[in-house]
Amino acid sequence: MAKKKQHTPKPGSGVTRRGFLGSVGAGAAAVATGVTSRSEAVPEITDPEEMVQTALKINGRLHRLLVEPRWTLLFVLRERLGITGTKAACERGECGSCTVLIDDRPRYACLTLALEAEGSEITTIEGLLEGEELGEVQQAFVEHDAFQCGYCTPGQIVAAEGLLRTNPAPTENEILHGMSGNLCRCGAYQHIVNAVTHAGENRKDGGGS
Amino acid sequence: MLPKFSHVRPDSLRKALSFLDENEARIHGGGTDLIGCLRDRIFTTETVVSLSAINELRGIEPTADGGLRLGATATIAEIAENPTVVAGYGALADAAGVVASPQLRNQGTIAGNLCQKPRCWYYRGDFNCLRKGGEICYAYEGENQQHCIFGGDTCFIVHPSDTAPALAAHGAVCRVSSPSASRSVAVEALHVPPSVDPRRETVLEDDEIITEILIPKPPAGLRASYRKVRDRASWDFALAGVALALVFDGDTVASARVFLSGAAPVPWRAVGVEKAIIGTELDNATIDAAALATVDGAEPLAKNGYKIELFKGLMTEQLEAIRS
Repeated sequence: MAKKKQHTPKPGSGVTRRGFLGSVGAGAAAVATGVTSRSEAVPEITDPEEMVQTALKINGRLHRLLVEPRWTLLFVLRERLGITGTKAACERGECGSCTVLIDDRPRYACLTLALEAEGSEITTIEGLLEGEELGEVQQAFVEHDAFQCGYCTPGQIVAAEGLLRTNPAPTENEILHGMSGNLCRCGAYQHIVNAVTHAGENRKDGGGS
Repeated sequence: MLPKFSHVRPDSLRKALSFLDENEARIHGGGTDLIGCLRDRIFTTETVVSLSAINELRGIEPTADGGLRLGATATIAEIAENPTVVAGYGALADAAGVVASPQLRNQGTIAGNLCQKPRCWYYRGDFNCLRKGGEICYAYEGENQQHCIFGGDTCFIVHPSDTAPALAAHGAVCRVSSPSASRSVAVEALHVPPSVDPRRETVLEDDEIITEILIPKPPAGLRASYRKVRDRASWDFALAGVALALVFDGDTVASARVFLSGAAPVPWRAVGVEKAIIGTELDNATIDAAALATVDGAEPLAKNGYKIELFKGLMTEQLEAIRS
């Protein structure tokens, strides 16, 4: 398949309905419950009823927002910031659909508190785009038909990106081991392995980001 | 959505310890087990005390006596990839490499792996079992395919950690701090069997934190390995696991430390195997005797009798692999 332009909106650009509602909700809650600053020298225990100011660097952009201590990074990405490429499925660290990169390493956003991601570089599937073109791992998944329903695909691609960042030329066994934290109920595994293999080869040849 | 809690992320151990006085405080290392337990309402907490911003708890570095220090919050992935671990501590390297999934290894910490809660499906499910304060162990007469064959007594879980038997085989020691004191606890003495108390997993008090794990210098002639057998090839807990740390003098086993996972509510020391192999060259007859010794005294439940043959076969293969 030829590489073609995708009409995917840039992450964080413009105002989406979901994002607008999310930010209104967060602001309203902050007015109702008060705000705790986390920039003080001595750490303070945040009240469970209070919203806390935090700043998350996602796909290179700093997002300042109010969160509850119990909110996961997955919830904040999807429901507060409208960055919905990251998928919610099991929400218990068992399926991999919420995989994001935190400081270049794949992690489950469902088991990561938003407050714990402060100070780290967070990369979601949206952050793997090269401008308006698909990134190389994304393109490899298209070319190798590495999905059926597609629901696990963002997590698979981000996990593959994380694997290739530490091991640009993985063997098949290393791919199976490195991708074992992501389940595909359609069973597209062999095509996923093919896609990751070829994305790695492209990267090794200097075509990567 | 998780139940509500307050959160604090101090930047020093001293501050972290001061917050453990709070009612119902729970420690957050990497958070993988804590968040899962909170989501499943295994317990609730008023305060989450995060250790993730404390530099002094991080890192993997050599000690003055030739051993290795693992900071409490060193991740499982950092340990699995560490050249010193890979070169000198084979059981730990093997074990860290097969913990959970890549994502969980990137997040989970070594101290958290030692202190994780059981994975018994009754404990994790809607059963008020003995360990959660109820009256009985539901696994004993229930679905016990994955449960213990040693040391059950009143609660028939298996301890879920892979790194614990490996660290125990290497003779590792935890350094533990409370607001008022510090102490050392050998990894092999860290976990509490149900015969002592079925409602606690470790000897740690509520106001204590593991700060680091110290592993002795690898003796000359050490060969060490860990292997676990799962229901599938990746990303699962051990049905059966064997950690070996054997010191060879030429071809002869001079000393041995052998621990099992998937066998008992705590990492299980296989003393009979150690006795069977010390002083031998691991000839076939010795390995046969060691395989039998692995399961000597085992008391399988109604649905986990397969573990007897599994442990015998696993011990045989691991001893054959380590002698060559």
